[in-house]
Amino acid sequence: MATTFAHRVCPDTGLKVCRNAEALIKANAVVAIVFLAIGGLFGLLVALTRWPAVHILPADLFYLALTAHGADILIFWIIFFEIAILYFASAVLLNCRLATPRFAWLAFALMLVGALMGNVAVLQGESSVMFTSYVPMQAAPHFYLGLILFAVGALIAVFVFFGTLVVAHQEKTYEGSIPLVTFGAVAAAIIAVYTIASGAIILIPTFLWSVGLIGEIDTLTYRVVWWGLGHSSQQINVAAHVAVWYAIAALTVGSKPLSEKVSRMAFLLYIAFLPIASAHHLLTDPGLSSEFKIFNTSYAIYLAVLASMIHGMSVPGAIEAAQRRNGFTQGVFGWLRNAPWGNPAFSGMFLSVVMFGFVGGISGVVLGTEQLNLLMHNTLYVTGHFHGTVAAGTTLAFMAITYLVIPLIFRRELILKRWCKWQPYLFGIGTFGISMLMMGAGTLGVSRRHWDMTFSDATLSFDYPPAAFLMMGLNGIFAVLATIGGIMFVVIVVGSVLAGKSRDAEAAKTSPIIFQGGGATIAGHGGEATLKLPGTVTLVTVFFISFVLYYFVNWKFLSEVWPLS
Amino acid sequence: MAVTPPQDRLWWKEPLARMEITWISIAFVWGLVMFFTMVYWHIDGKQNLSNEAYRISPDAFAEKVEVFADEYTVREEGETGIPVVRPPAGGDAYMLGRLWDWWPILELKKGESYRLHLSSLDWMHGFSLQPANINIQVHPNYEMVLTITPDKAGVYSVVCNEFCGIGHHQMVGRIYVTE
Repeated sequence: MATTFAHRVCPDTGLKVCRNAEALIKANAVVAIVFLAIGGLFGLLVALTRWPAVHILPADLFYLALTAHGADILIFWIIFFEIAILYFASAVLLNCRLATPRFAWLAFALMLVGALMGNVAVLQGESSVMFTSYVPMQAAPHFYLGLILFAVGALIAVFVFFGTLVVAHQEKTYEGSIPLVTFGAVAAAIIAVYTIASGAIILIPTFLWSVGLIGEIDTLTYRVVWWGLGHSSQQINVAAHVAVWYAIAALTVGSKPLSEKVSRMAFLLYIAFLPIASAHHLLTDPGLSSEFKIFNTSYAIYLAVLASMIHGMSVPGAIEAAQRRNGFTQGVFGWLRNAPWGNPAFSGMFLSVVMFGFVGGISGVVLGTEQLNLLMHNTLYVTGHFHGTVAAGTTLAFMAITYLVIPLIFRRELILKRWCKWQPYLFGIGTFGISMLMMGAGTLGVSRRHWDMTFSDATLSFDYPPAAFLMMGLNGIFAVLATIGGIMFVVIVVGSVLAGKSRDAEAAKTSPIIFQGGGATIAGHGGEATLKLPGTVTLVTVFFISFVLYYFVNWKFLSEVWPLS
Repeated sequence: MAVTPPQDRLWWKEPLARMEITWISIAFVWGLVMFFTMVYWHIDGKQNLSNEAYRISPDAFAEKVEVFADEYTVREEGETGIPVVRPPAGGDAYMLGRLWDWWPILELKKGESYRLHLSSLDWMHGFSLQPANINIQVHPNYEMVLTITPDKAGVYSVVCNEFCGIGHHQMVGRIYVTE
């Protein structure tokens, strides 16, 4: 039997919620959203500066804002939130106590100090080196130190997660295997360990170099190892937000994985193959062989892409199966039309699935193809791609689950219900727009991380095509839209947490958060006979055709470029 | 549900549905196709980046570029008098990146091949040839050598697309391709 620990019993789920885990989930999620707000506003300033007609910031502040945007969003927002997800997926879902809460608080403190230190360094203006901080450009020592402290904290938190799994196993708080969502979180956590190790290997010497203890750091070595951090940290996001997709689908429409085996195999492929692929960023670098590039950039024969394509089928498939069980059986897409589109958790999740696949996923594979990369390396195409994955994919998925976390963990009712309904669409359309438009501008050659696309004070003049200017203007408009969505999100979260009606046992009965289809819905799934999912088949077919066409169109573009060898 | 332990404790023994097997097979084969397309392009494609690179100090590279410019300069251009250098067809051409220009200007002949040597004298730079849209990472201490064959005459610009400090957006170079 489970040992006793300080907990409350959740009136919505009946789960025992460990008080320590609850407090830590709240703390990490709140801080995450603070960094989302700060980083998001820097992102707006960046987009407005790149809008040629607005061009709001001077060059030095633009590069400062861009550095802050990258660090706050790509590192601090996402990883704080992921730590909250890890605690949720372990202590809460496994019905057990959080291991070593003191270490979890230490981790939180280190991460917070590190993140603040990094922000202070950037705002002081001496560390506008971009999120990538490529040597030999040098930032202030406390910029690197902040990142290192943050990474150490995150590593401790990951081990608290692993420890909690051990506790749950030893105290037998669950039966059989861990839930799929927890399994996905394990994948994210294992990738995180690899990622943070890479970060330590490169950032510690870089810090020592910045204080003068090391003479020189090789630029190629830096890029190879740094991208072990930079790329893999985005892979933590992939594993984490796929786990979040499954969680939201389960909680909002009562879906069950089509096949535990297939989904878990796909997560195992992530663990094995996602952490390589730092070569995505090195395809046009000198001194690396094509053999290495091809093997690394394709995650060994695209096995991690295979995994994502599996999730791309099994997440909508699970939703379709559940919806058909729920009685929405008419036609090919009746289940989708009748999905709970007014529930922001569901709509945010589904938009995230679609945009991550179609926008972020396809463009990522094209960008990561050895030869095709030279068409787009360091152009805004890259930025467009990762806004498709990180903004439209991960961030939207995390926003979506926040709509469940507030009532379930914070025990507060959401305020501004109408805003909640619209927020995922606004943010989704905004981030979809910026992703597509930056990819478009990048295809026309527009450089990323660049203050002035008119080159007005350059000695030699150059003009990008007029279409590129149009796209950057539209990009600004969509960025404003995404920002409005982001501000609404922050207002909803802060307002609900501070002023939302307290959610009691009565509310759990009268306005349930969790899908109330009952056991029959769940028990019927699985097995060949029940799996007639024409909607999902149609979706993945459309996806596959888009993927193949877009892939070969880019080879056509490449074949028109100057011959190179 | 995905948030609870699997209902069937022997979940790994559940049979796969036909749809799942089909999709996994398609995705796997597609991965093979994409993988071997990259390999195939090395055999039969005309646009591949060279693996040829050498370690070189910035000073040594600067000296090579100066020697090259002294030998083949045909005229000077712009307020700052940047040399326009016309390397012999089939020969070596050099371009260096530094804070914040690409030096010198090259004048190449359409349809001829050149061995283009790229390196940086200080920070990392991004060689972004526009509007041809060829983008290459340029490192200090590494000399990358690639063979290029311009196949269209015109005025091309080299934009820097790796952030290199406050003057990054002024860093524009030029390549002329003549008939």
